[in-house]
Amino acid sequence: MKIYLDYAATTPVAPEVREEMKSYFSQKYGNPSSLHTPGQEAKEATEKARAQVAKLINAEPEEIIFTSCATESNNTVLKGVLKPGDHLIISQIEHPCIIEASKYLEKQGVEITRLPVNEEGFVNTKDVENAIKSNTKLVSVMHGNNIIGTVQPIAEIGRICKEREVLYHTDAVQTLQYTPIDVHKMGIDFLTASAHKIYGPKGVGCLYIRKGIRVEPLVHGGGQESGFRSGTENVTGIVGFGKAAELCLKKLKTEPKRISKLRDYLIEGILKNVPDSSLTGPKERLPHNAHFTFKFIEGEALLLRLNEKGIYASTGSACSSKSLEPSPVLLAIGLKHMDAHGSLRMTLGRDTTKEQIDYVLKELPNCVEDLRKISPFRR
Amino acid sequence: MYNKKVMERFKNPKNLKEMKEPDAIGKIGNIHCGDVMWCFIKIEENKKGERIIKDISIKTFGCVAAMSTSDVLCDLVRGKSIKESLNIKDNDIIMELGELPVRKIHCSLLAVDALGEAIYNYLLKSGLPIPSSLKQKHERIKNNLEIINKRQNY
Repeated sequence: MKIYLDYAATTPVAPEVREEMKSYFSQKYGNPSSLHTPGQEAKEATEKARAQVAKLINAEPEEIIFTSCATESNNTVLKGVLKPGDHLIISQIEHPCIIEASKYLEKQGVEITRLPVNEEGFVNTKDVENAIKSNTKLVSVMHGNNIIGTVQPIAEIGRICKEREVLYHTDAVQTLQYTPIDVHKMGIDFLTASAHKIYGPKGVGCLYIRKGIRVEPLVHGGGQESGFRSGTENVTGIVGFGKAAELCLKKLKTEPKRISKLRDYLIEGILKNVPDSSLTGPKERLPHNAHFTFKFIEGEALLLRLNEKGIYASTGSACSSKSLEPSPVLLAIGLKHMDAHGSLRMTLGRDTTKEQIDYVLKELPNCVEDLRKISPFRR
Repeated sequence: MYNKKVMERFKNPKNLKEMKEPDAIGKIGNIHCGDVMWCFIKIEENKKGERIIKDISIKTFGCVAAMSTSDVLCDLVRGKSIKESLNIKDNDIIMELGELPVRKIHCSLLAVDALGEAIYNYLLKSGLPIPSSLKQKHERIKNNLEIINKRQNY
């Protein structure tokens, strides 16, 4: 059995998406900037996709610019909006691309406030309000957290930002397919999304920029994407992104419910069958996210034991990171080093079935027990 | 990320277990990554009067690399004299495994230190002379372990 439970890392390309993309490799290969028929055909395709993506977040098509990935979108906002002397507010549990880009900006003279989160990973909106100063230009707080699945009160943060005339950016990569988003109602000025997290292809992301806001581009050149992002468009990828967005919108009513039911079944089964295990993160969370800590064992070892059984998961353990530090998200919610060491994330998706979860519930307790047998801390 | 030899050790470790009535135990922790190892040894005197590591096992709270290096170390020192065992360096373990990812090299050091600590405890308990390098190592390890214990509350 092969059970992929790492949908927060990436998703397979949906068959409908692949079908839509197929003809844009070798048949309709025009450059959207060309005035001839093949060029205009490609142009039409990217504009159709733009409308599809815009619809998912209730934006206007011209407010969407396509990029190469969410990391590029996030970098574009932070580096394109902030100048030395400006103040930026982020949370402590942002994706590394926000954390690292803000460190870079800090060196350039941008002032950064990193808001703490509670043990469930929530930012306190009062903290946002209190952190805003006269030089605050931008607040960037992610929508759904990729590690522990906390969904931030972005509409409330957006409202505060509007009131105080500060720009608001949110990285919605994890939430797009699970939570209805309305950029107008939620007071969002910038929103980051990515195709490969929603059953589209890798190598394409987008950035919603509210009409009228000027952002200095990260990539200068031929002026594609209304001048916000130069470089010939990844037409095939963009077409796939459009179709993936359309599918998401269709499934928004049913899929989150189906997945959260399976996820709850997984959580219940694990907490019941594995002693000294606990759920990390909030009770109310992204429908596909489950994050556990298993005492006395290390996450990378567990991940690879599960891998042997054909179960593919993820961990925030120090051993699995390049820095040999535990996931900053886990430390920010107050986990001890020891518990962060035994972290395991499983994220469900469209192809996850109850049979698969049953298999996990059968195999995982043995894998944990196996490792505990050789751990010095086993009681 | 890991080669076949490392994965084979990880999948089927022979030496990662508790030992009944060991002659000495060495406990060690890595303050950076949080890994912890306990090394158990049984010592015997051979006909020449040398003290031999008759048996060794390690318990590991750590990653794949930490487990593999622990398992290899046990095979490398079993049957060797204490003196020979103390000469084993982390590079000997890496050579045995073929390779380790660069950032995981510290893990091999941990197993070597756990053994050193077990030998230190054995020599101390038996009232035998302790090499000064081993004494220095022990001081460093003791400090690290205190930091980890405080942090982990176990």
